[in-house]
Amino acid sequence: MAQTAVADSETGQSLKELARRNGLTAAGRLPGIAEYTRHLWSYRHFIAAFANAKVSASLGTTKLGVVWQVLTPLINAGVYYVIFGLLLNTKQDTNNFIAYLCAGVFIFGFTQSVVQAGSMAITSNINLIRALHFPRASLPIAIALVEVRNMIASMAVLIAIILLTGEPLTVQWLLALPALVLQAIFNAGLALFVSRLCAKVTDIRQLIPYIMRIWMYGSAVLYPVTFFSDRLHGWQLALVEANPMLVFIELIRHALMENVTLAASPLRLWTYAVIWTVLVGVGGYVYFWRGEKGYGRG
Amino acid sequence: MADERVPTVIADNAHIVYRIYGSVAPGANTPLASFKRLVTGKKSAAVREVHAVKGVSFVAYRGEAIGLIGTNGSGKSTLLRAIAGLLPVERGGAIYAAGQPSLLGVNAVLMNDLSGIRNVELGCLAMGMSPAQVKERTEEIIEFSGIDERGDFSSLPMKTYSSGMAARLRFSIAAAKKHDVLLIDEALATGDAKFRKRSEQRVRDLRAEAGTVFLVSHSEQSIRDTCERCIWLESGVIRADGPTDDVMKEYETYVRK
Repeated sequence: MAQTAVADSETGQSLKELARRNGLTAAGRLPGIAEYTRHLWSYRHFIAAFANAKVSASLGTTKLGVVWQVLTPLINAGVYYVIFGLLLNTKQDTNNFIAYLCAGVFIFGFTQSVVQAGSMAITSNINLIRALHFPRASLPIAIALVEVRNMIASMAVLIAIILLTGEPLTVQWLLALPALVLQAIFNAGLALFVSRLCAKVTDIRQLIPYIMRIWMYGSAVLYPVTFFSDRLHGWQLALVEANPMLVFIELIRHALMENVTLAASPLRLWTYAVIWTVLVGVGGYVYFWRGEKGYGRG
Repeated sequence: MADERVPTVIADNAHIVYRIYGSVAPGANTPLASFKRLVTGKKSAAVREVHAVKGVSFVAYRGEAIGLIGTNGSGKSTLLRAIAGLLPVERGGAIYAAGQPSLLGVNAVLMNDLSGIRNVELGCLAMGMSPAQVKERTEEIIEFSGIDERGDFSSLPMKTYSSGMAARLRFSIAAAKKHDVLLIDEALATGDAKFRKRSEQRVRDLRAEAGTVFLVSHSEQSIRDTCERCIWLESGVIRADGPTDDVMKEYETYVRK
């Protein structure tokens, strides 16, 4: 082995050359985005298994287990109904305020929980990241998947509430499906974006509850969307109406309920939804990929 | 001779610097001090730099097992992390590796709330195995780890395991795959004598399968048993690089001093 040391020092400056000749790659090299995407695709089974593991790990400590997936959205809707429907009586002229409110709460909750979990995606799995090599985007994507699973339970509850409050079942209900698919992709992009941001700037995590609260008030979750058009004008109104969460909530209300006043025409809402999904989906993915090599640093 | 040997890891003048946030001297993090920093635009005192590895160069070849020795805080674990691509090397130097080196450390926790068997499945998938391969290997991994020797522990959550059992399971998972480069950080130090013997055999097998193994350990015995080459790091600089016996002798005289 002593000869090796001598041989190395003789070829000192050509270590790089030696590495190149033997096809070695620099540790910590960032793969191209196409290569990264292929790599990520080959880890799809891991992503699914990780999402399942997350659900069973979080529910495994409770006695009711999976029942919580249905119970949580029910309690959530109940709390908001008592405060805004009974105590403050914001229903004004909206007919079927309960269904209106629940659609808002559930759809907003879908994105909110993704953002909350996404902010922890890297930091809470740092040991896994430091131990094993896998495309890091698996983690936020798995988290977005977990929330899709939770959302299926929430949707069942929401549909029951809407039917019980007297809305008819129409063909238009089918529109809820593409709207949810768009939102799920939007959420995945958001989870990717937030997880890198929170891994890099840890202070942001402290601000997330406030950001989400402001976002909720700007999304017409708790009051009719006409609240905005009555009070805001010009660019301010345009800004609020372009809010992706408002758009997704309105699309679901439009799909599942009759006689709701929308913020804009359905065509405009769909256009906004598609633009936001592409923008946040692709943008979040690219942003996360750019930071791929830094996540192990913690 | 050197021509026939295939290099698997090459470190070329590698410098590694840690940036540590939040470790401030008392008094530097008061609201007043923070405000002063904001006003004067000075760089935050909360970021400190630690130069852990200073210009390390070596070539590791296929089939070698290399022991990394040195006193605490000499940069051994940092170097392993950099080889694994988890820590970036500073500009000017580089570390090249064949394939994707895998780091196996004792503090690598999978998911504590899940059973051992599900952790095995998850770990294998995370290493890039296909579901079919995972199915095939799971039993073998559990058996090798020996956690089922005293009853059905593999179906219990990992948080119920003793630290030795958990370390054994983690080692077994990582050692189940053929790695081009396997980096082991003190992993053999845990576990009982029986398991240690078995894992040392496994490290030798992995080497025979044409991989390269790096082992960081404070156990002189496990280094002597598994590695024929040793790199001695001290304060981030290579003090010696050569056959284990020679380097060990030098190191021991240094430590006893």
